[in-house]
Amino acid sequence: MSTPIHLSRLTGWGRTAGSGAHLVPVSAANVAEAVLAAPERGALVRGLGRSYGDAAQNGGGVVLRLAGSADDAVLNEADHEVTVGGGVSIDALLRLLVPRGFFVPVTPGTRFVTIGGAIASDIHGKNHHLEGSFGNHVRQMTLLLADGSTVVLSPTQRPELFWATIGGMGLTGIVLSATIHVLQIETSRCIVDTTRAHDLDHVLTLMEEGDHRYRYAVAWIDLMAKGRHLGRSVLSRGEHATLEQLPEADRVSARRYEANVLASVPPIVPISAINRLSTKAFNEMWFRKAPQYRTGELQSIPQYFHPLDMIGAWNQAYGPRGFVQYQVLVPFGEEDALRNVVERLASSGAASFVTVLKRFGAANPAPLSFPAPGWTLTLDIPVGTRGLASMLHELDIVVLDAGGRHYMAKDSHTTPLAIKRGYPRLAEWQAVRNEIDPDGVWQSDLGRRLELIG
Amino acid sequence: MQNSFGEPQSILLLGGTSDIGLAIVRRLASPTLRNVVLGCRDPAAAEATVRELSTPGVAVTAMEFDANRPQTHLGFVDRVVAEVGDLDVVVMAFGVLGEQSTYDLDPVAAATAVSINYTGSVSAGLAVAAQLRSQGHGWLVVLSSVAGERVRKANFVYGSSKAGQDAFAQGLGDSLEGTGAKVLIVRPGFVHSAMTEGMKAAPFATTPGKVADVTADGLRRGKRIVWAPGILRIVFSLLRHVPGPIFRRLPLG
Repeated sequence: MSTPIHLSRLTGWGRTAGSGAHLVPVSAANVAEAVLAAPERGALVRGLGRSYGDAAQNGGGVVLRLAGSADDAVLNEADHEVTVGGGVSIDALLRLLVPRGFFVPVTPGTRFVTIGGAIASDIHGKNHHLEGSFGNHVRQMTLLLADGSTVVLSPTQRPELFWATIGGMGLTGIVLSATIHVLQIETSRCIVDTTRAHDLDHVLTLMEEGDHRYRYAVAWIDLMAKGRHLGRSVLSRGEHATLEQLPEADRVSARRYEANVLASVPPIVPISAINRLSTKAFNEMWFRKAPQYRTGELQSIPQYFHPLDMIGAWNQAYGPRGFVQYQVLVPFGEEDALRNVVERLASSGAASFVTVLKRFGAANPAPLSFPAPGWTLTLDIPVGTRGLASMLHELDIVVLDAGGRHYMAKDSHTTPLAIKRGYPRLAEWQAVRNEIDPDGVWQSDLGRRLELIG
Repeated sequence: MQNSFGEPQSILLLGGTSDIGLAIVRRLASPTLRNVVLGCRDPAAAEATVRELSTPGVAVTAMEFDANRPQTHLGFVDRVVAEVGDLDVVVMAFGVLGEQSTYDLDPVAAATAVSINYTGSVSAGLAVAAQLRSQGHGWLVVLSSVAGERVRKANFVYGSSKAGQDAFAQGLGDSLEGTGAKVLIVRPGFVHSAMTEGMKAAPFATTPGKVADVTADGLRRGKRIVWAPGILRIVFSLLRHVPGPIFRRLPLG
C-alpha cells in the first residue's frame, strides 16, 4: 500500500486532550486494505472532527480519513431517498439536495459533519421532538467490518447490528454508504417565529405548549442572567417556507442555496476571547435584539440552521486551551433537576456563549442513541474556567440521579460509570460489538476512556 | 486517557513513597481516577499508603521498582501496562539527596546517588516514553530541582545529578513533540519533606502540597517547565548569570 502515513496529533472540536495517531487518507476502494493492516492499537474512521471530545481520536493507532464526493450520490426523487458515501458531508449533500427540492431529514447546528459521523453519533436537530434523530431516517447502510468484509444493514436486515451502528461511535465498523430518507421542500427559506421568555419556567411552558406546532424548535438561554431573570431565553421555531410564503420576486429563485463561510478565526488566538465579560455583553445583546414576539420571518437555511458555520474555525476563539461542550439529557418530569443544573451553571458565572435548550421526542431502538423523551441542555465553556471540572462532575450526579445521560459525541470529561448509568443498554451494545469485532480492531480514545470497549 | 481538564484515569508514581510524589497523586485524584501504581523498592513498606489511597472507585497497587537497576525498567513498565492499561500520568519522583560532606569522603556513595538520580531517570524515562509514544498520549512528570539549575558547592553531587536529569528530560520532551506524549519538568526549591528532614530550610522553601498544586496547574495548562514556587524562575535566571567569584562567596549554604 502506497498510502502516505503521517503521525498527527488529533483533537476534537473542543481542542482539548489530543493524542497522536497514524492518519491515513483512504477511499472506498482501499479502506478495507488499511483496516486489515491496522496495528495493535486498532483503527477508527474520522469524519470532519466536529465531535467535541476524543470520539474521533485513536492514540497510537490508525485514524482513517474516508474520502467521499456528493457527485457520486444517487437521488431517487420518487421515493425521497438519497444514497450517499459515508465520507460525504451534509454541507456537500445540501448543495446537491436543496436546488432539487429536498432537505436532509436531520441537521445538527453545523453542516460540516459527514454522513458516517451523523450515523455514528446518531445526531439530532431542531426537529427531534417530531421526527427523531438521524438514525430514524436511515433506510439502509453498507458497513465495512473489522475483517475487511462488507455487510448491508437496515432496520429489517441484521437489525441488531444496524441499531448498534447508529449511535455506536464508529466502534462497529465504517459506514461506506447509506440510503437516507430525505424531506421534500418547496423553497430554500425557512419561516421563523421568535418569542422571548422571561425566565426558565416561562420557556419550558412555552415549549411544552407550542413546540408540536412547529417542525423545528429550539431555545437559546442567557446563562449569564441570574435571579428573577434566571433562564431567560429566546425561543425560535420554524418550518420550511412554502412557495406561497415567499415574496413574488423571490419565487423564481425559490430553491437557490448559497452557504458561505464569511470569515475565519485565525489559528493563533493567544488567550481565550470568550470570557465572562465578552459573553455577558454578547448574551445581553442577543436577548435585547430578539423581538418580544415576531412571526413569519424568512431566513435562509444557513441563517436558520447553521449560523455558527458562517465563522470558520470558531472553536479557535477559545484560545489554545480549548473548551468543553456539556450536553446532557434530563427526562420529562425531572424539571427540578434541570432547574438545579441551570441554576448552578448560572451562579458559577461560567461564560457560556451558546447555551441551547431543546425538547426531545421519542427515542429510537439504538442502544447507545442519546436522545430520549426529555430536555437537552447544551453549553460551551472555556476549559480554563476555575472549578469547572469539579462542578461538571457534581452536575453529572444531578443529571444521572434524574435518569438523564451524557451525549458522547460532546463528552470530554465524564467517567465510565456515568456512561454505564446513563445508558442502561450498554451491555447489550457491547455484546453485539464483541461478536462483530472479537479482536477489537475498532478502537478510539473515547471508547477506551469511557470503557465502551473491553 | 486524560479528559479535557487533564484529569487522569491512571497514575504511575516512580518513587512510590516520595512525599512530593504522593502529594501530586492526591492532587490529581478526581472522579475519573481508576488506577494508581506505586513503584517502590519495597512494596511492603507502601502498604499503609496503598490502603490510604484506595477508594471504592480507585485501585491502588504497589509494585517493585528499583531506580538503580536500569535493566529492569522496560519490564517494569510492561508489567504496569498489563495491569492498568494506558498510562495517563507518570510521576518520576525517586531520588536521593545525601550530604555533600559524606560524598566528599565516599566517592562510591556519591556515584551511587548520581546513578539513582540521573542514570535511573534516563532508563526509566526512556522506558516510560516508549510506552507513551506507542499509546499516543500521556504525561511524564519529572521532579527536577533548582539544585541543578546553578550547581552550588554545598551540594554539587546532588546538583550535578539533577542538572543531568533536567537536561535529559528537556531533550526527551522535545523528542516526543508531535507524538501526543509530553514531558513536564517540575523544578522545586527547598521542600519540607522526609528527604530534607533536619536540614536548614533555604529561602523560598515550599511544601509537597504546594509543589503538587504547581504540577497540577502545569499539567492543566500544558506547560513544559514549572517552578515551585514560581518566583524561583526569576531568582535562578539571575543566579545563573552571577560571575563565579561572586557566586562562590554567596551565603548559599
